[in-house]
Amino acid sequence: MSHSHTKPPVPVALRVKAIETLLTEKGVLGAGVVDAIVDVFEHELGPKNGAKVVAKAWTDPEYRSWLLKDGTAAIESLGFSGFQGEYMVVVENTPEVHNVVVCTLCSCYPWPVLGLPPNWYKTAPYRSRVVLNPRSVLAEFDLQIPDDVEVRVWDSTSDVRYLVLPERPAGTDGWSEDELAALVTRDSMIGTGICRLAA
Amino acid sequence: MNSIHDIGGMDGVGPLPLEENEPIFHEEWERRMFGVKVALAIEGVYNIDETRWAMERIPALRWLQSSYYEQWVDGVTRSLLEKDILTQEEIDARIDILRKQGGE
Repeated sequence: MSHSHTKPPVPVALRVKAIETLLTEKGVLGAGVVDAIVDVFEHELGPKNGAKVVAKAWTDPEYRSWLLKDGTAAIESLGFSGFQGEYMVVVENTPEVHNVVVCTLCSCYPWPVLGLPPNWYKTAPYRSRVVLNPRSVLAEFDLQIPDDVEVRVWDSTSDVRYLVLPERPAGTDGWSEDELAALVTRDSMIGTGICRLAA
Repeated sequence: MNSIHDIGGMDGVGPLPLEENEPIFHEEWERRMFGVKVALAIEGVYNIDETRWAMERIPALRWLQSSYYEQWVDGVTRSLLEKDILTQEEIDARIDILRKQGGE
């Protein structure tokens, strides 16, 4: 950094390329490993996994009880586990309680069930304010929480990751798990949104 | 440790940067940085607490002006230097080569 006054600033893309090419040449990174990892996160992980967990909990009372008691095991039983999902806690929205999740220190998020977090989740405005005034932050998501509903904010850590079990939309009696899963949005599982309404 | 990353409860940080139909990565270098950092974790080069500690030592003013993945670049670079996997000299030399290749 000492010579930064005499040279033009280095574009960040070049810094990344320099690191990646050096690590590959030294054998620290195997050929194709970076592409394989990125592919998993772009194509396999994402909110569609969490939506399956939610839909099963809505249709199977025993699974729901297990999910709320031991989220890690219940989620793993559907095949979703691993990096940044090693210890999962599921919190349930009810007519009396609305839950919302943040990581005030950085960006901890349940990767196996939700994939990578949206940019706003990782930024200072969300992290600083949702613990201070959650109702006004939720209003910026067009989510108005009535005064008689308690709002609980869960601060993630590098060890514990949270998933919100949203309320099942009205008018969905008898729907299949697949039909229900299609109503579950990413934000409804973070707590900054609700599910889509039944068509 | 109390430092700039510990911002829960702070006022005046600005509005939420909400974006419709947001891509997983906004730039190709973000995609590469993500893959490199996770690959290094899988290889056992560092654990999650080490990577966070590396980012939490970014100077406060720089941290505030950096994007999320820029903070990853700073943190991963620090880890690689501290673990003697790369040196600043070889990174700088590689950047010079890449610049020339890019016609800069």
